Amino acid sequence: MGLLTPDPGLLFWMVVVFGIVFFILAKFGFPIIIRSVEERKAYIDQSLQSARAANEQLEHVKAEGEQLLAQARAEQARILTEAAATRDRIVQEAQAKARAEGDRLMDELKKQLQTEKESAIRDIRRQVAVLSVGIAEKVLRRQLSDEKAQNELMDRLIDELVVTKEE
Amino acid sequence: MNKIRYIAILLLMLAGGLHPATATAAENGEVDVNHLVFGHIGDAYEWHIATLGDTELKIPLPVIVHSSTGWHVFSSSRLEEGAYEGLSVAAEGPYEGKIVEHAADGTEVRPLDISITKNVLGLMINSAVLLAILLGCTRWYRKHPASEQAPGGAVGMMEAIVMTIHEDVIKSCVGPDYRRYAPYLLTAFFFVLINNLMGLLPVFPGGANVTGNIAVTLVLALFTFFFTNVFGTKEYWKEILWPDVPVWLKCPVPMMPVIELFGIFTKPFALMIRLFANIMAGHAAILSLLAIIFITVKAGPAVNGSMTFVAVAFGIFMDALEVLVAFIQAYVFTMLSAVFIGMSRVKHEH
Repeated sequence: MGLLTPDPGLLFWMVVVFGIVFFILAKFGFPIIIRSVEERKAYIDQSLQSARAANEQLEHVKAEGEQLLAQARAEQARILTEAAATRDRIVQEAQAKARAEGDRLMDELKKQLQTEKESAIRDIRRQVAVLSVGIAEKVLRRQLSDEKAQNELMDRLIDELVVTKEE
Repeated sequence: MNKIRYIAILLLMLAGGLHPATATAAENGEVDVNHLVFGHIGDAYEWHIATLGDTELKIPLPVIVHSSTGWHVFSSSRLEEGAYEGLSVAAEGPYEGKIVEHAADGTEVRPLDISITKNVLGLMINSAVLLAILLGCTRWYRKHPASEQAPGGAVGMMEAIVMTIHEDVIKSCVGPDYRRYAPYLLTAFFFVLINNLMGLLPVFPGGANVTGNIAVTLVLALFTFFFTNVFGTKEYWKEILWPDVPVWLKCPVPMMPVIELFGIFTKPFALMIRLFANIMAGHAAILSLLAIIFITVKAGPAVNGSMTFVAVAFGIFMDALEVLVAFIQAYVFTMLSAVFIGMSRVKHEH
C-alpha cells in the first residue's frame, strides 16, 4: 500500500470529522471570537472618541471659567475704583459743606459781634453821657454853690441858648 | 532549561516507545528500520503504544467493513490469530497491511473499509481537543461582554492567534468579502496546526501521523478547491477560459485555457502534497535519527554510546524544527488557500 494512495476509509472519516469540526467551529467558534474582538475594538474606539470629546469640553469649560474669572476681576476693579471715587466725592462734599457751615457761622458770629460791639459802644456812649452829665452836674454843683456863680452860669447859658436860637 | 528538560523527557519517552518494537525485530540480529519508520507513518488497525517484556501494550480499534457477505463490525484484536469472518490483514501484495477478503478464486479483494483505524482515532481525538480548546474560548466570550474585559492567559493567546490569522492572512489575501471564508480558513488553520502538534507527541493520544497522511490532506485540499471554484466570480472564469493573451494562443488550439484549467487542479494538488510531504518527512526524519541508536547496538558500546548522543542531539533539533514546521505548514496552507480564494474573487479592475 503506497503512501501516496489515499485510503478510502480514512477519506470517509476525514470528510465526516472535518465536516463536523468545520460546522461546529463555523457556527459556534470563530464568529463569536471575531465578533467579540470587533465589538471590543468598536467599544474602545468609541471610548477614545468620547474621551476626546470630554477633554475638549473640559478645555472649553476651563476657558469659560477663566473668562468668567477675568470678568469678575475686572468688575471688582471697577467697583473698587468707583467706591474710591465715591468716597473721595463724599469726603470732598463733606469738607465743602463743613467749610460753608463754618463760614456761615463765622459770618453770623461776626455780625453778632458787630451788633454787640455797636450796642456796647452805644452803651458806653450812654454811660459816658450819663457819667459826663453826672460829672458835669457834680462839677456844676460845686462851681455853682455860691449865688454869683450860679447867676453867671445862668446868664452864660441863656446867652448860649439865645445865640443858638438866633443862629 | 525546564523546556529543554521537558523535550529531553519527551524524546526519551519516544525512544522508550520505540525500543520494544525494535527489540522484537532485533531478535534475529537485524533492525528493520523500514518497517519501524513506515509502520509508524502508515495506518494500522490497532494503536500500538509499547511492548513491555512479552506483553504488547496496544489499543485494539473497531473494524467496520462491508464485504460481499455484508457488514462486519468487530475488534481488531480478533484479526491477530488470522482470518475472522472471512477477512484478514494482507501480509503482502498491493493491499499490504489492509483488511482483505479472499475471493473464491484465491485473489484478494479489498472490501469497503471504514474501520476506526489509528489515524481515524487520532483524527477524532485531535478534533475533540481542537473543539474543546476553541469552544472553551468561546465560553469565556459568552460570559464576558465585549465592553467589559479583554481575555488574558490561554484565551488571550488563542484570541491573538485567531486574530493574527484573521487580520494578516485572511483579510489581506482574500480581499473585500473575506468574512464569508474566514470560518473555513480559520478551521483549516487550527485543524492542521492541532493535528501537526499532536502528531509530535510520542505516545497515545498523540503520535498519529494524521496530517502526514495523503487522505487527510486530500480532503483539506478538496475543501479549498470547493471554496475556490464554487464561489468564483465571472472574471475568474473568464480569465481561465478566455485569458487576456494573444488570440492565436487560445483560438484554434485552446492552449492557454487548457493550461489555466490545469492550474485549477494543480493549486490544491500542491497544497495536498506540500502538507503531506512536510509532515510525513518530519516524522520519518525523527524516527530514522532515533533508529540509529538501535542500528548501532551491534557495533559495540563505544560506537553505540556516541551515536546515541548524536542521535538524541539531532532528534532534539528535529523535534524543535518540527514544532516550527507544524506552525509554518498550517500557516502556509491557510495563506495559500486564502490566496487561491482571493484569486477566484477577482473583480474587474483593469
